[in-house]
Amino acid sequence: MPRILMKGNEAIAEAALRAGATNYFCYPITPQTEVAEYLAHRMPEVGGVFLQAESEIAVGNILFGAASTGKRVFTSSSSPGISLMQEAISYMAGAHLPCVIVNIMRGGPGLGGILPAQSDYFQATKGGGHGDYRLLVLAPSTIQEAVDLTMQAFYLADKYRNPVMVIGDGMIGQMMEPVEFPEKYEEPPLPPKDWACTGARGREPHIIKSLFLDPLALEKNNLLLYQKYEKMKAEEVRFELYKTKTENKILIVSYGTMARICQTAIDELETESISVGLFRPITLFPYPEKELYAEAARKNIKTVLVIEMSIGQMVEDVERVVRGIKPIKFFGRTGGVVPSPEEAKEQIKELLKKEAGTRKRKTRKG
Amino acid sequence: MEDSKIIFSRPTALKPTVTHYCPGCTHGVIHRLVAEVLDELNLREKTLGVAPVGCSVFAYNYINTDFLEAPHGRAPALATGFKRLRPDMIVFTYQGDGDLASIGMGEIVHAANRGEKFTVIFVNNGIYGMTGGQMAPTTLEGQITTTSPKGRNVAEVGMPIRICELLSSLVTPAYLERVAVHTPQHIIRAKRAVRKAFTYQTQNRCFSLVEFLSTCPTNWGLTPGESVRWVEENTLKYYPLGCFKDPDKEVKTDGTV
Ligand SMILES: Cc1ncc(C[n+]2csc(CCOP(=O)(O)OP(=O)(O)O)c2C)c(N)n1
Ligand code: SF4
Repeated sequence: MPRILMKGNEAIAEAALRAGATNYFCYPITPQTEVAEYLAHRMPEVGGVFLQAESEIAVGNILFGAASTGKRVFTSSSSPGISLMQEAISYMAGAHLPCVIVNIMRGGPGLGGILPAQSDYFQATKGGGHGDYRLLVLAPSTIQEAVDLTMQAFYLADKYRNPVMVIGDGMIGQMMEPVEFPEKYEEPPLPPKDWACTGARGREPHIIKSLFLDPLALEKNNLLLYQKYEKMKAEEVRFELYKTKTENKILIVSYGTMARICQTAIDELETESISVGLFRPITLFPYPEKELYAEAARKNIKTVLVIEMSIGQMVEDVERVVRGIKPIKFFGRTGGVVPSPEEAKEQIKELLKKEAGTRKRKTRKG
Repeated sequence: MEDSKIIFSRPTALKPTVTHYCPGCTHGVIHRLVAEVLDELNLREKTLGVAPVGCSVFAYNYINTDFLEAPHGRAPALATGFKRLRPDMIVFTYQGDGDLASIGMGEIVHAANRGEKFTVIFVNNGIYGMTGGQMAPTTLEGQITTTSPKGRNVAEVGMPIRICELLSSLVTPAYLERVAVHTPQHIIRAKRAVRKAFTYQTQNRCFSLVEFLSTCPTNWGLTPGESVRWVEENTLKYYPLGCFKDPDKEVKTDGTV
């Protein structure tokens, strides 16, 4: 298929349709409303279901009802709207229901702003709603990757019978880039959805629920969830390395479009003969723990530098993984301010200068 | 023996179990009416129920159809999502008055206004049963509950909400009827309303809601017999029975067919 120029939000919408998700529910919020606007005219063409509901609380719960049919369903929103969906997300996780939720993040807390941010990392990866559950979280850094991951998100949701979140900062939604859709979308076979509610004809009724008043029964359900998350950790971890070399002294960890800004900084530093590598998690849950550990443990790496569009959220996962083996530094801008390549370069040069300073002192002493 | 025929039995849409409802609670009667109608219209095998949060959360242990268990108040949203994707199926929600008229007010009003083609079984017992007898938006003026120990003070918390009247102000066509189940005559009339609601759904006509004036002897602090008198003397005075909206102009709108 030819490459076409598309806005991120519209590309995500089209990708979902092509993965067979022709059921979409929404409530308008900047900076992702184009998903809804695109689907409002596109959905009738493919004979799907499009509904603008009265709130994100309703959207989340409509998604819950729709997912119970066994068909592919999704929604998109931005930070404040995602907060309102947490009730339904927790219930769907507890009831083992697949669905896809796209969060095009804006600055928070509160009403915050409408500019790009990565400040919903905690909410996406550490629970968000109540209870012992996780989402599988995919973080694209280009529009093409947003397309690819959105399509895969539906497969993963079905594979694990768990909500999957595609998370991008505002830029992923608003940027225009050339994208290519696969000629024919293919995915590995999935088990039949024999759990769906289709009417109790010739079988016992199917009951989709998350209430277990007996603590042992609830624990059993939570252990079932836990086993799924362990399987995700074993099978779904995704990440990308950029210019990681033996001689690098600094390893940057960054995700989403922030990682691309870091790539620009890395390319520019290369022209000044400064070599820096980047570790980009693509799955935020499951987090690429072993892989990050291996990169950070490389002999020459003196510092791990985490750069985010937040006041420091993913850095806590990096600390969890790397703590004790290498020093960790954090740089971030928040509230919708996007760190520039210049700022990233400055951080790196500063670190290298300090590092050279300590080395000199050490050699003098020695 | 050849002349003998079964004239009364358990509907197939009702599971052969004992319910957890208190003596004198009319949730059980309402379950049975729904089950009888599902049987009579031959709908059981293509029906989805949506259970609320409230005493009837376990409706799926008794009513023999596929079921979803909704978050508190959100049953109409779940029903919307399901029915939009499966318009060929029959969908009903079963909701208490705390569930529907308090936390779920937004969802019920918008589902009704969109004209979603599902049926709501709304059980108004004027109190929060499951959590132990707190004030509901439907609690009567002066009625004592654990959170209105001196009686509902309408100057502070407003008058009880009449859901049928409120929803009937929406312009979208709907079938809305209020019934009672504290006497056999009322039960017979109530069943007609349930039948009409599901019939409209099978015809894909409109949103339908039947409001039941129900009892909660346990939290009202009354015996089952006293509860029947309470409905007669208090509940019925504030909540008039009858049909509040009907898409079919040919049918009489006083609850009779
Ligand atoms: C979000 C949320 N808030 C509060 C509760 C606690 N809760 C459980 S049942 C209930 C009230 C149910 O009352 P009603 O809908 O009148 O039904 P009844 O039990 O009287 O049949 C409440 C407040 C809950 N489960 N979820
Ligand atoms: S607490 Fe009230 S509503 Fe609940 S089962 Fe008992 S009588 Fe019925």
